[in-house]
Parts: sequence; structure tokens; C-alpha cells
Amino acid sequence: MSEVKFSKEHEWIKLAGDIATIGITKHATEMLGDIVFVELPEKGSSVEKDGNAGVVESTKAASDVYTPVSGEVIECNQAIVDDPSKINSDPENQAWFFKLKIKDNSEMNSLMNKEEYDKFAKENGS
Amino acid sequence: METQKTALYEYHKSLGAKFVPFAGYQMPVQYSSGIVEEHKFTRSKAGLFDVSHMGQLFIKNSANLSTELEKIIPIDLKNIKLNQSKYSFLTNESGGIHDDLIVTKVEKGFNVILNAACKENDFKIIKDALGNKFELTLYEDLSLVALQGPKSAEILESVIKGVSSLKFMNGNNFLYNENKIYITRSGYTGEDGFEISLSNKIVEIFVKTLVSKGAQPIGLGARDTLRLEAGLCLYGHDINETTTPIEANLKWAISKRRREEGGFLGYNKIKSDINGELSRLRVGIKPLGKIIAREGTKIFSYDGNEIGSITSGTFGPSVNGSIAMGYIKYDFIKPGTKIFLEVRGKKHEANVTELPFYKKNYVR
Repeated sequence: MSEVKFSKEHEWIKLAGDIATIGITKHATEMLGDIVFVELPEKGSSVEKDGNAGVVESTKAASDVYTPVSGEVIECNQAIVDDPSKINSDPENQAWFFKLKIKDNSEMNSLMNKEEYDKFAKENGS
Repeated sequence: METQKTALYEYHKSLGAKFVPFAGYQMPVQYSSGIVEEHKFTRSKAGLFDVSHMGQLFIKNSANLSTELEKIIPIDLKNIKLNQSKYSFLTNESGGIHDDLIVTKVEKGFNVILNAACKENDFKIIKDALGNKFELTLYEDLSLVALQGPKSAEILESVIKGVSSLKFMNGNNFLYNENKIYITRSGYTGEDGFEISLSNKIVEIFVKTLVSKGAQPIGLGARDTLRLEAGLCLYGHDINETTTPIEANLKWAISKRRREEGGFLGYNKIKSDINGELSRLRVGIKPLGKIIAREGTKIFSYDGNEIGSITSGTFGPSVNGSIAMGYIKYDFIKPGTKIFLEVRGKKHEANVTELPFYKKNYVR
């Protein structure tokens, strides 16, 4: 059972073997408000650590989604594309964004654990 | 300039509002339930909006006031009835719009409601145009709240007897706890509703009373999605100094007599626009997918030519989809015309549509 890690851009990442599942945190959804649109990276495309990997839009504004690690996109969550409000209701579980076959396990090292992230979110939240 | 707060700031704060700076004020953008829920609550029940940041100007009646005001506001102020409200603008010399506003004829003169971001400049423009013959007051001690939605009349009537007999775009003086207040049946959400002008001293207790009767405070976020669904313009976005009322599809807000006689700033340009020399028009736009086209999004024709740009775009909770407005070349204004919107480098299909997106429910 692997630990969930967090990025400063408010993504969560869960690793199982070399497959990472990535989404945005509950804290992120609270800052964004009601999410009404999501754009995910293309299946089969490569994404680079801290690079752009999609967009979420709330009623107010658009925000970029970044990937906390590099890899190849092997699956996208069509359910949140069809109904973006799922991201608000269950951001850290059912409403994952995409799955990556990761390139370099060591990229996980710079990410925060839950405790560190909660502290970071509290200090950087609005 | 220091950020200002309305008399209801502490009340908003106590409800857990998220604030944003807006036109120099700290305003609630949403409360804990969020924009979509607030929007739907307004459409189904009654939303309560603090719009005290807006300018409340009183111009005291004196000789020829209507004649003088008609030089800068293109409505028939000579024949406006007592307590009647009209939507109009302050036009500039080139036919553009300094601000959009609501004028109400009251016993002692005119009440004018101005946009928050424009009110200081509007005051100067009106003062300069009228000269020193007239007394102008931009009230600092008055709040303005809007109660909007199908339950508004029932809720307000339970607090203030007689308001439910007001007709749309009409107002009157009422008493609230022995305080004189002015109420108009109007608003900017596409719903039936009221705008209530009252002293800063009593606004909090008044608002709390309405909430106890079933109204719910609504932030600026939902105010924006509501007005866009209703096809209404937001100054500084859908209309500005460079858009004429005719291009903005607001010809109806210029009285018929004034369209024919003129005699107001920018009439030459507006007249030529009316006579068919229009190059662009504000239209409704509906993307086929869920993509949101924000202000500044470029519009392309089906064969790839740039033909306009979006001025407002969001998700409309009541139409359950993406909606937008923008200016488009006159050849493409017909509802049903297929166009493309360029968002983040990709073109997305959309249709030109009729406005509003959501049918208005005014009480005539």
C-alpha cells in the first residue's frame, strides 16, 4: 500500500508499482469553487514533471493542472469530463484526473506527505 | 485608494463569505454554498444581493432639469412618469458608453443608479454637463440591496406592506420601522425582484429580517452567471467607451423620440448605426461542448476568418451549459450561424443564438 503524496500545485499522487494516479486536492477544489469544465491530457502523450497536464474551469476562472511527476498518460477519467461537478464532490477518490506510467521513481521524493501538505495548504490557502 | 467596505461587510464575513476586490470595494463573491447553488436558489426562491457599492445619485429638480439631462442621457425624461424607472446610458461624443444606469423619476428630482467603478467619473460628467444650476448628491450613507427571484414579492410583502403591487420598473416610498426607504421593482438577474435603497444604519437588521423570511445572501459570482443567462450587459466588458448602444443591441434603451430628434452626445454616430451602417453587433453565443469561452476569446467564421471576440463567457447553471456573449461582424449575426471559438489554441464549434439564454420572469 503506497502513501499518497502532494505537490505545491495542489495535486495528489498515488503510486502503485510504476503506475501513478493523479488528481487535485480537496483544498484546491475549495479554492476554485464549482468546477464546470475539465480538459485532460491525451492518452498516449508524455508529460513532464511540473508541466502542464490539463485545465479546470470554475464558474469564475480557468486554472492549469500540472503533473507532479513525468510519464506517459495511460488513462484519463472520462467521468469527470462528462460531469465536472464530480471533482467538487469527491476530489481525492473517484474524481482522479489521469494515470501515468512513471519514468523516474525518484521524482516522488520532492513531494509532500499528507501532514506536510495540510500545513502547506493552511499557510498558502485563501 | 484604500479598499472600501459596505455597511454589510461584517455581516457577509459572519456568513463565511469569500471576498474579492471589486471596483475599490471588498465584496462577497460567494458564500459557503457556492456559485451554482446560489444561482439556482435565486432562480427558484429569493436571492439577496448587497449592491451598496453601486452609486446612488440624486439630482434635485430645478428649472429645465429634464432638458439638460436629456443632453447626456438618451431617454425621454420629459415624459417619464413619477416613480417610473428606465434603463439607459451616459453616452460620449463618439456614441460610446460612459456607463449604463437606471434613472427613476421621483417627486423631487431623479434618482440615478450608477456602476461602482464608474460612479465618481459619472458624477463629474453629469456635474460638468449640468453646470452649477443643479444640486447633485452621491449618497455615501445609503445602502442598496436587491432581492431577486420568484419568492421575492411574497417575502418582501411580509415585511413591507404594499410592495407586491408595484409594477416592473416602477418604484415608491415605503416605511420600514418608521424609516423612509425607496423600493423599485427591478433587478439584473432576469427574475422578478426589488431593489431597496435604505440607510446604512438599518440595512443589516433589514437584511437579517429578509433572511429570516427565507431569502438567502448571494455573492457577485452568481450575480454574474444570472445576468449573463438573462443576456444583460456588464459595463467594462460587454459595453464600454468604444461600443455604441446600437452595436450593443440596446436600441430599445433609447427612447423613440430621442432616436428621431437626437440632441444628445454621440447622436451622429448612433443615428448612422440605426440607419444600417452597423459593422458589428452583440450576440449570444453557445458553444456546442462544455468549453468555456472567456472574455477576449477570438471568434472565427466557418471558413476561418476572424470575425469578432467574446466579451463575457461562463457556465450557466440554469441552462446547464456554457454560454457567452460577444461582438461579431454583421454578416454573421443570424441565430444558428456556425462559428468557431479559439480557446487555448484550439478551435471549438459554437452557434450564434438568440438572447436571453434564460427567459425573463418579470411582472408587467
